[in-house]
Amino acid sequence: MHYSPAPLHIPDGFLNVTVSVIFWVITVIMIGMAVARTNKSLGEKQVPLMGIMAAFIFAAQMINFPVAGGTSGHLLGGALAAIVLGPWAGMLVMTAVIAVQGLLFQDGGLLVMGANIFNMGLLTVAIGYGFYRSVMNKSTGTKLAVAGVAAWLSVMAGALATALQLWLSGTSNLQTAVIAMLSVHALIGIGEALITVAALSFIFRTRPDLLGEGSASAEGGRGWVMAGVVISLIVVLLSPLASADPDGLERVAIDMGFIDAGQSAPYQVIPDYTLPFLGTTPLSTIIAGVIGALVVLGIAILAGRSLQKTS
Amino acid sequence: MHSDAFDRYHESNSFVHRLDPRVKVIVTIAYILSNALLPDGAWLAFGLSWLFLLFANALSNLGVGFTFKRSFIALPFALVAITVLFSIPGNPISTFRFLFWDLTITDMGLLRFESILIRSWLSVQMAILLVATTRFPDIVHALEHLRVPTILTTIIAFLYRYLFVLVDEVFRLLRAREARSAAVAGVRAGGSVAWRGRVAGNMAGQLFLRSYERSDRVYNAMLARGYSGHLNTINPHEMRRVDYLTTALALIVILLFQLVGRL
Repeated sequence: MHYSPAPLHIPDGFLNVTVSVIFWVITVIMIGMAVARTNKSLGEKQVPLMGIMAAFIFAAQMINFPVAGGTSGHLLGGALAAIVLGPWAGMLVMTAVIAVQGLLFQDGGLLVMGANIFNMGLLTVAIGYGFYRSVMNKSTGTKLAVAGVAAWLSVMAGALATALQLWLSGTSNLQTAVIAMLSVHALIGIGEALITVAALSFIFRTRPDLLGEGSASAEGGRGWVMAGVVISLIVVLLSPLASADPDGLERVAIDMGFIDAGQSAPYQVIPDYTLPFLGTTPLSTIIAGVIGALVVLGIAILAGRSLQKTS
Repeated sequence: MHSDAFDRYHESNSFVHRLDPRVKVIVTIAYILSNALLPDGAWLAFGLSWLFLLFANALSNLGVGFTFKRSFIALPFALVAITVLFSIPGNPISTFRFLFWDLTITDMGLLRFESILIRSWLSVQMAILLVATTRFPDIVHALEHLRVPTILTTIIAFLYRYLFVLVDEVFRLLRAREARSAAVAGVRAGGSVAWRGRVAGNMAGQLFLRSYERSDRVYNAMLARGYSGHLNTINPHEMRRVDYLTTALALIVILLFQLVGRL
């Protein structure tokens, strides 16, 4: 078995009960909505199709390619699933994938599965579909570029949510968790973006009808665009804040009563805690974050163009 | 590859194997919840919890140490918890310098770190035991009884059933890439990262098309065999008296761990 666990799957024991339950509740509500919507819009034939698409996402996560220094890029698949299958079906498919990974392979825990589904199944789908939906009528190149950005952002959103959950549970120090998670996933996200864009462009070239079907039944268009943009804004604004000025986020959590629920011990900054590669003011890191996003956008546009030419 | 390559089920006819899958799912979740609820440093309760796990192992005929062998799967994740060693205030145990940081391990931090690892280690073992003593379709069926929406359980059932077929496709794609990737030893081969990413993406796209087309054939084959939108099972899944008793007993014992841990 060549199944290798991915770094975003939180095992049991790493989140406390409060955080686990909160995210189970959010996840159950979202899945409930997805079930209601798909039951209404899908025929009996669609269910086996979704099951096999879930197996496809699971299997596609095994396709990897060497990036550099022994690390390899591979797919998480949330954005791809959302674009190909639509948002609600995408959520159910990702939920099934994460459920089987947790139940059968112990990749990700059971009590924390709500959080895992939220991070990897719901956030990624919302961003992936929201962005893609906003350029539904544009050229193929634009669609591919936006899909690439969405794929990168979806991984970053999942990583940020994971870091915040670990911090709220008192398992990890906020600053370290956010910086470590985001810097690792900034690279993993590039792999995600490359594979997502190339896979989509392949499908555009060979079976464009499959992608047309999804757009015809565009469900709740505007809302998804809004959701995708809002989540991405939160990622872009919150992550520099959390990594450069953790006390600010700490303050918010204390004011909202989160910290009592989550953490039993208050946070203490390690003496001489500085990171040379990041500025100390929140502003400079926000700028860095925006520049990073723009660079990815540029790469994605170039990749989209070159792929379009070859087709 | 055969379908059982993904199967974690170990055939046997033990007491645990014969229990209704619902009982095993409920007790496993209660056990994991209990571990998560135990306060840091509740060593006696953690110890009792471990004995419970060993007892369940023994009852399953798989050997007392069965789950121990695979129990370190979640260990790499422990990296993310390392920061609590230094960030929770308490009496310093030792200080050392790592790159730019002066790090001080505190006793409270160590306590938290150890407790997180123990919770994770115990919980993952119970989950391993669950899938080792219960066939996966039975687990899915138990989830259905426990009110998980049918559409979701059906997707999961299909995912499980066709996963090995698609993984075979992945292996074929990987083998094809390997076969076309000649390289001279010691010389860097393959194009840029973007090019390699594109190749992987094309493989994913190809896999998507093959999966999509296969799902049509699968659906037609199922219709031909009388599929009516619901997966049936010949296993009746009836709760017997021993199932109810075991559930009650296990939950009481798990509740006792909480009392012991909080005294």
